Amino acid sequence: MKTAVIVFPGSNCDRDMAVALRDVSGRDPHMVWHREAELPEGVDFIAVPGGFSYGDYLRSGAMAARSPVMQAVVAAAARGVPVLGVCNGFQVLTEAGLLPGALMRNSGIAFVCRDVKLTVANSQSLFTAAYGAGEKVVIPVAHHDGNYFADATTLDRIEGEGRVAFRYAEPVNGSARDIAGILNDSGNVLGMMPHPERMIGPEHGGADGRRLFEAALGALV
Amino acid sequence: MKARVFVTLKNGVLDPQGKAIHHALEGLGFDGINDIRAGKLIELDLADDIDDSTIEEMCKKLLANIVIENFRIERG
Repeated sequence: MKTAVIVFPGSNCDRDMAVALRDVSGRDPHMVWHREAELPEGVDFIAVPGGFSYGDYLRSGAMAARSPVMQAVVAAAARGVPVLGVCNGFQVLTEAGLLPGALMRNSGIAFVCRDVKLTVANSQSLFTAAYGAGEKVVIPVAHHDGNYFADATTLDRIEGEGRVAFRYAEPVNGSARDIAGILNDSGNVLGMMPHPERMIGPEHGGADGRRLFEAALGALV
Repeated sequence: MKARVFVTLKNGVLDPQGKAIHHALEGLGFDGINDIRAGKLIELDLADDIDDSTIEEMCKKLLANIVIENFRIERG
């Protein structure tokens, strides 16, 4: 099992992500710097972590999405390698065109940092198979730009195709149709604003996020 | 040669920042403001042989996110 965490200047959840991957897979992930044009040979799972890549200059995730390593991530995703983008990682994946829509400023303007209740909207995906359908889970958010936006046609399409993985079960940031996480059309790319890597054991106050890694990494063994 | 790129949110896309500016101006006692939308101005200093279509490509590839934003190019 070979996992990788992409590290941009300004990433700050890369180490949390590394701990979660090591804890669940039993092996240290490869930390891949944004200037690398290639990923480790035979990588099985890629995580794009949270943070403030490139200081959120221009738009959150905009610069990171055009970095050399992201070309390799886009190519790997096209080959079917699972890619998880959390928070800023979700913003990067939308800016890179791997996921539809955009993450805009929270409707309430304020940075939101707290545990939130989510509903598992699709429990059949690679990442969510360890959850029950419609299950309520608690995973923390910490973001300023988490307000998911896409036009109505796109929203209807992704909902119709079962590509909404998680919805907020309480008001958080004004996201269209309460969307907290979405999948790409082949189901191997997940972007989500909540941080599953910050909820992997009792010392975090719960392990609802751990099951996401167990499902995704377990499926690769 | 200078070019200015104006990036604005598309109609119908909520602009919490514009709304906050609106409220702040009203708080300062300015009346008669119907709506405020905030955007970005990006100034480019370019070689003379850069044509319009190249600037447009820059906008589409990076300067604007065309899912949520419009852009307008002003030269000179």
